[in-house]
Amino acid sequence: MASIQSQNRISRRRRDASSAVPAPSEVRPAGADQPGTPVIEFRGVSKRYSGGDVGLDEVSFSIGRGEFVFLVGATGSGKSTVMRLLIKELDPTGGTIRVAGRSLDEITRRRIAYYRRNLGVVFQDFKLLPGRTVYDNVAYALQVTGGSRRDIRDKVPDILRLTGLSTKLHNYPDQLSGGEQQRVSIARAFVNHPPLLLADEPTGNLDPETSVDIMRLLYRINRTGTTVLVATHDQAMVDKMRRRVLELSQGRIVRDEATGLYTRDETTREFARRMRAPATRPPGLT
Amino acid sequence: MRFGFFLREAIRSMRRSAAPSFAALATVVVTMVVLGVFIPIVQATNGAADSVRGRVEVDVYMNTNATSADDARVQSELRGLPHVKSVQFVSKQQAYDEQKAADPQAYALLGSNPLPDTFHVVPTNPSDVLTVHTEIASSGPGGGLIDSSIQSVSNKQTDTKKILEVTNLVTITAAVLTVLLVLASIGLIANTIRLSLYARRREVEVMKLVGATDWFIRWPFVIEGVIVGSFGALLAIIVLGITKIALLDPLANNWSLIAAPRTIAFSVLVVVLLGAGAVVSAVGSGLSLRRFLRV
Repeated sequence: MASIQSQNRISRRRRDASSAVPAPSEVRPAGADQPGTPVIEFRGVSKRYSGGDVGLDEVSFSIGRGEFVFLVGATGSGKSTVMRLLIKELDPTGGTIRVAGRSLDEITRRRIAYYRRNLGVVFQDFKLLPGRTVYDNVAYALQVTGGSRRDIRDKVPDILRLTGLSTKLHNYPDQLSGGEQQRVSIARAFVNHPPLLLADEPTGNLDPETSVDIMRLLYRINRTGTTVLVATHDQAMVDKMRRRVLELSQGRIVRDEATGLYTRDETTREFARRMRAPATRPPGLT
Repeated sequence: MRFGFFLREAIRSMRRSAAPSFAALATVVVTMVVLGVFIPIVQATNGAADSVRGRVEVDVYMNTNATSADDARVQSELRGLPHVKSVQFVSKQQAYDEQKAADPQAYALLGSNPLPDTFHVVPTNPSDVLTVHTEIASSGPGGGLIDSSIQSVSNKQTDTKKILEVTNLVTITAAVLTVLLVLASIGLIANTIRLSLYARRREVEVMKLVGATDWFIRWPFVIEGVIVGSFGALLAIIVLGITKIALLDPLANNWSLIAAPRTIAFSVLVVVLLGAGAVVSAVGSGLSLRRFLRV
């Protein structure tokens, strides 16, 4: 009985997840604030590591559906802690974290895997499976969820075309450049069309030109309605993008600015052109 | 479809990490060969110890003037005792013939037959021999022999004790060695598996981050363990089989000692080794993986 109930809950969750995400073609204005439950909500969240170090100190913020948010701050300010809390690799020592209205406390160890399927995660070091081709790396994310072969044959080439990797299908990760590897990792993160995409220093290992391409890809994903949270210490990039910025310093939120709403209907091409232009820092930003 | 997927995953990972897989395979082969040699040796040793203990018995000597009615009565009395497995009667004439055959000159000098009728009493369990001895020698009326027509009961207490002690020691040593060897084999195989998993721990971490459940990650590793384990055991069996046919069988024909009566049948050994190889490596892979699944 109990198992049937939990089964129902999973399938309902899957349905929620898929209905929350429109098809990629259905473009929606980025940053449009939707009423209702926020996608991410931190309420008084603290994280103290066993050594006594403070990762986060009473942090509260919330991120609505479809937002594109930068999480900035120096190394050790707590950016990665936020990310690791969100993928439930760590548990907070205080406060509550809600994702899509559900508290992460309620997720048992065995359910973590199912929770993570609703997230896309991108890392600085790409975290690709070295023994698999580009195609298989992306396909693995679908195989994990029990996706059929037909499903995989349909979706994987699509997402690889979107990320510009159609010619690299059968290459192994060590045969790709850093930018290409990051594209693969983004493709893997987005192939399930998760309602939330987390990127931890996605451009940390890349040169500026490649970084623009990666940001462009993330922006494009955001325009399909996916909430995107990017942790980065690349201040220049953040200022140029003019999106909402959360700044962390020593485990506290010190800045939360919703900038750049006027670029609502920018195409990805215009976006990239503006990104490649010399930085024009809006007045009032430090 | 699921099993096919896991099988393909297992084969893929074996192909990609050929060196660690080969190391695990070699470990399984070596330990299984050692086990395959050791199991029959232990069994032969135990068999030998048992046959030595089987010779432990109580000899009952009748009075020289005992009649055949006395013999029959004593025989039934002995049979009635507890812990007695069998009673063998050797008449004075049989004893005389046997001894005469062994030493004709000495018995030619004797002229008459000085030997008594004898019973060989074999206890059900060798360690009961002393109890049986006491029963016969001192449970009769007045703490004496159980029958007046018995002249004496062999008194080989010290010999018997020694035999029992030595054979016990041999059996216990063999058992301890077996346990140690099995533990060492399991440890060795588990360790090799852990090494090859350690090389792939990043991969496991990534799988978890993508949302794979523990068992989704674990099955390919378990299947890989089964494949490596049974293939290693198979190689070990081939080595053992060749050794048996080329070395042991010719020897066994001319040297009866090697053809120890009760060693394990080769076919049973094959099944035991195959099962042990597959199970130990599969369980070893599954358990070793636990550490890396905590992401």
